[in-house]
Amino acid sequence: MTVLRVADLRVTFRDATVPAVRGMDLAVDRGEVHAVVGESGCGKTTTALALLGLLPPGTEVAGSVRLHGKELVGRSDAELARVRGRDIAMVFADPSSALTPVRTVGDQIAETIRIHQGASRAAARARAVRLLDLVGIPDPARRARAYPHELSGGMRQRVMIAMAVANDPAVIVADEPTAALDGTVRAQVLQVLRAAGEATGAAIVLITHDLGVAAEIADRVTVMYAGRPVESGPVEEVYARPRMPYTIGLLQAVPRLDGRPPFGPAVPGPRRPVLVPIDGVPPQRPGPGCSFSPRCPISGPRCAEEEPGPRPVPGADGHTVACLQDVADPAAVYPPPDPGPEPAVDRVERPVVLEVSGLVRHHVRRGAGPLRRRRDTVRAVDGVDFTVRRGETLALVGESGCGKTTTLLEILRLRAPQAGRITVLGHDTAALDRATRRALRRDVQAVFQDPLASLDPLMRVAEIVAEPLLAHGHRRRDVGGPVRELLAMVGLPAELAWRHPGALSGGQRQRVAIARALALRPRLLLLDEPVSALDVSVQAGICNLLTRLQDRLGLTCLLVTHDLAVARHVADRIAVMYLGRIVELGDVRGVCRDPAHPYTRALLSAVPVPDPARARRRPRAVLPGDPPDPAAPPPGCRFRPRCPRYRTLEAGRARRCEEEEPRSTEVAPGRYAACHYPETTSP
Amino acid sequence: MTVPGASDPSGAPPEAMPVRGPALTRRLLAQPRAVLGLALLTGLFLLAFAGPHLARWDWQQTDFTALREPPSAEHWFGTTASGRDVFALTVRGLQKSLLIGLSVAVLSTGLAALVGMVAGYAGGWADRVLMGVTDLLLVLPAFLVLAVLGPTLGSAWPLLVPALAAFMWMVTARMVRQATISLKEREFVLAARCMGVSPARVLVRHLLPNLGSLLIIDGTLHVGAAVIAESGLSYFGFGVRPPDSSLGTVIAEGAAAATTFPWLFGFAAALLVLLVLAVNLVGDGLRDALDPTGGGGVR
Amino acid sequence: MAGFLVRRSLHGAVLVALAASLTYLLAASALRPRAHFEQRNPRPPAAVVDAELTALNLNDRTPLLRRYAVWAGGVLRGDFGRTLAGEPVAPELWRRALVSLRLLAVGTVLGAVLGVLAGAYAAARRHRPADRLITVGSFAVLSTPVFVLAVLLQLGAERINQITGVRIFEWAGEYTPGAAEGALGRLRHLVLPTLTVVLVQAAVFGRYQRHLMLDVLDADFVRTAMARGLTRRQALVRHGLRTALVPTATYFAYTFGFVLLGAMFTEKIFGWHGMGEWLIDSVHRGDVNAVAAVALLAAVLVLLAGAAADIAHAILDPRVRAGR
Repeated sequence: MTVLRVADLRVTFRDATVPAVRGMDLAVDRGEVHAVVGESGCGKTTTALALLGLLPPGTEVAGSVRLHGKELVGRSDAELARVRGRDIAMVFADPSSALTPVRTVGDQIAETIRIHQGASRAAARARAVRLLDLVGIPDPARRARAYPHELSGGMRQRVMIAMAVANDPAVIVADEPTAALDGTVRAQVLQVLRAAGEATGAAIVLITHDLGVAAEIADRVTVMYAGRPVESGPVEEVYARPRMPYTIGLLQAVPRLDGRPPFGPAVPGPRRPVLVPIDGVPPQRPGPGCSFSPRCPISGPRCAEEEPGPRPVPGADGHTVACLQDVADPAAVYPPPDPGPEPAVDRVERPVVLEVSGLVRHHVRRGAGPLRRRRDTVRAVDGVDFTVRRGETLALVGESGCGKTTTLLEILRLRAPQAGRITVLGHDTAALDRATRRALRRDVQAVFQDPLASLDPLMRVAEIVAEPLLAHGHRRRDVGGPVRELLAMVGLPAELAWRHPGALSGGQRQRVAIARALALRPRLLLLDEPVSALDVSVQAGICNLLTRLQDRLGLTCLLVTHDLAVARHVADRIAVMYLGRIVELGDVRGVCRDPAHPYTRALLSAVPVPDPARARRRPRAVLPGDPPDPAAPPPGCRFRPRCPRYRTLEAGRARRCEEEEPRSTEVAPGRYAACHYPETTSP
Repeated sequence: MTVPGASDPSGAPPEAMPVRGPALTRRLLAQPRAVLGLALLTGLFLLAFAGPHLARWDWQQTDFTALREPPSAEHWFGTTASGRDVFALTVRGLQKSLLIGLSVAVLSTGLAALVGMVAGYAGGWADRVLMGVTDLLLVLPAFLVLAVLGPTLGSAWPLLVPALAAFMWMVTARMVRQATISLKEREFVLAARCMGVSPARVLVRHLLPNLGSLLIIDGTLHVGAAVIAESGLSYFGFGVRPPDSSLGTVIAEGAAAATTFPWLFGFAAALLVLLVLAVNLVGDGLRDALDPTGGGGVR
Repeated sequence: MAGFLVRRSLHGAVLVALAASLTYLLAASALRPRAHFEQRNPRPPAAVVDAELTALNLNDRTPLLRRYAVWAGGVLRGDFGRTLAGEPVAPELWRRALVSLRLLAVGTVLGAVLGVLAGAYAAARRHRPADRLITVGSFAVLSTPVFVLAVLLQLGAERINQITGVRIFEWAGEYTPGAAEGALGRLRHLVLPTLTVVLVQAAVFGRYQRHLMLDVLDADFVRTAMARGLTRRQALVRHGLRTALVPTATYFAYTFGFVLLGAMFTEKIFGWHGMGEWLIDSVHRGDVNAVAAVALLAAVLVLLAGAAADIAHAILDPRVRAGR
């Protein structure tokens, strides 16, 4: 039974010339999870807000949204308010801003109940506590009196889900419910969301940019591009046999832990698997033809003139596609990229470029506001050791707050650390004099997460790329040539040189940042989440650029990322961090296949797999709880409170975890793990 | 993810956020309020500096044949009780207000930029000392101090400029310091420092241009504040003193008899209000033009 | 927490001491109380003037630092010295402060409340006629100095009095001396000066609140509140305005100094014998001790207002209360 039917929905913002949504269709059945996927700017959030009538005043909404057959488009705010929260509820993307900061969460859930059920204050509060319990919040009566900032991100998102199911709605719209959460917490929240849907029988419209998340929990999927649905159908069918080149491109651009391409045979023997990016960016103002045709590798002459409507795919029930071409083999749409050469020399023979031992970085935390009280010491980095050899890339992965970025920044400072030692290209950073440090800066360069923040908004691209050259004594009239070369090397057209960063796309900005980092021909490149601010199709291009540059220039890289799949594609070796320590270190392929540390295992199993068949088959090890406060790590093994293995140990063996902090030991050749009872790896 | 109406992170992007040069002028001129303010300011400037050459009477002359005369062809704004030409007095006051307002704004904003940037960028002792001075000046009752100094300042009105500026930079300096600290943490400054760019170059190439919007906006609003402060001091007899003339003294003289002899009060008051209004309109327009997210702009 | 309060009080005490001392030194060296005594008719002999000045600790022939030491010692004992008329400063200071309070209390609070409401309303109706009207109004008031605004209001009141033929409004002093007019009379005297304060205060707070409100207009939590089933208006009032009020409370306390300044003009123009008027007259007379006492009180008030702002912030914002 269809509970929600959207037909030809069109949304135009006030003062906008082009509609943000240009004919959205969606049919959601009772109890079903329907994912709407697409990259940023494709109109999926706008669609979600339009369903509940939450768009800002002055926005033009046309078409039809029927809930239980009742039309919602064109109704007044007061009429819609009676439907919102009762028949159709919403879970927002960022739980840190979606809850009113000055009211308790119990209050906010109770308000939802009181609005629609007219319950007494006490009854509503009691129900709010039961709802918090339902979504798995421990000690719900106390948590109900907490303010949003007192809860962790995962807890806040559970609160949002509790609020959404408070009145047993028919439809829950979840807009990127896990985008702001860490891997292990994301897995928990997805589970809670699905359970909440099953418990209430509500249909869930899941808006997400993450093809993995959609594959994990959706029954059906609709792919959006430039404000329109381009492909829709049962999730297994669409992922296995996509017909629209855009869907195919997205699936091929997603980094995968197993490194296998989604269609066709794996390319044999490459050092690192290669992704397939989609060139170009979505159109600002779609022309008359198919809006994907400028980026489409197989577009024909008709595609530029005629905008295709959805048509059923023959032989596949419920699978529709909006494409004028007939795609038989998805693997043949995009040309396979060049895998690049295999590295020649064995690792151990190469010289060490970066050596970090016993690195410590603690900082004092102070309260916000005028009464800056409660000071405590955050042990952000608490004894980290690793080496990076020439020509290799080490990935430092972990969840937010584990100290990975702090480690990178400590290296970048080129100064004496609080404790421990950093040796860069043979120089101990504690013993550097001014001149040597300055000279060493040429050799160590960095690329940061947010390209917009790391480029001076008032400078032009050419000035930005030339800045390191000028700072190191090149003359202004000599830098034109090198700048052109650098732009070409990162795949940017020369005419962008006179633009400001604000006038570039996200991918182009990150390429500028990379060009700047390469200007001085550094020998060590530090990459801090270089692709996490980018869309998948763009991210794939940057990942490929990084691997190609490593091969071509023999670069040594330290990559900090929260995304294991990205690490799998870009790095040679991987170090997994938890609460300021490295818990596992080894060859990236091996670690991803046979993790030795229970945390690594949990982290890997929390990575959403963009393959519905496999996602449902694999065993799920959802890690309980939130990462503990880095100001007060538990005694003994820091991972113990969340460790699934610890809970299976008998008392005698468990005591070791409680009392003794595990040291990093070589559990297999080249593989180190800091666990008393590591998984025995079978090679 | 996608916030409606906000810029979209991947697609070809909207207009660059910070604006300078021709783009700024274009944006400023796209705002009716700023255009109105600029037109008013131009008019007032013309009046202040061309006016004295057009009028028949000088501000120092006395027309004993016309005491408290209403406006006429001879005396455009009428005359005072002692037979002085109100137009000449008012225009001289306007001149002074414009000069004082602009110079105080430039001086106080410059001081604020210097103190704020040094305190924010250097940190440590320099920061503590500079912010201590700032706090002290904020606690010191400025009007009182200026009033006490009045007899000294009134004798030579240009002295009012540094005196007023000395009490107007503190709030801006704190804002500049705050902005400098947050800019210092921004990745592009971090990137520049890690590339080996020298601190002086970072200050000039990265910090100053990015603080520009704040300084331009605040500087403009300071013009209005300085004009009001000067006329207020003069109104109570602590600033410019008769026989010399300021808008404040003209208003003070006319206020008592405003009902019976409206020209004594009305023209000077109207010009004063128009001047401050014009400056505030331009300042507000600049705010919107320089910082499109700052509220009033299109979103 | 306790350590923080002690440090903060100490910091405040040092600032007040510095500010008051600076003002005293400045006033004692710049003002000429001698002239006030010499102007009397018949002109008293120099020795008499000197003796009188010395008795008041105002003699410019005594070294400045010695006068300062005497004054500072007195202040530490709670003695603010004497006025030129020989009266003790302290009682007069409190009497004047109370007059100012009577004038300001209603106006500042009422003005701030009206401003907050107008600003919030304007923001919610962004780009509509109501918003433009409120914006233009606050701009006009903000561009008008208090001494012009007060005269304009007097002119308007005069016109109304003339038209109605009744003296509805009074604008000289706090009451009409010698007339038995009761509470109503006092009220009539209160209307115009209060209106002046209200207008300025409302314009300032209107601008400020509009800006704050625009920030929460599209805030995620307002959208969440709507998604719960509130209408846009309910969501804006219950969640948006509630959150946007936090900085306003702080701002209210911080603008206190500004209010004091405005009050000075208002008192002087409307002939109220408050602190501001006293200050202006004392400067003209060269009454150093009175000036220094007012400066001290003003500095203390500004600092207390700052502390009040922080406390208000902590009460209204749980994020600060929790201290994280």
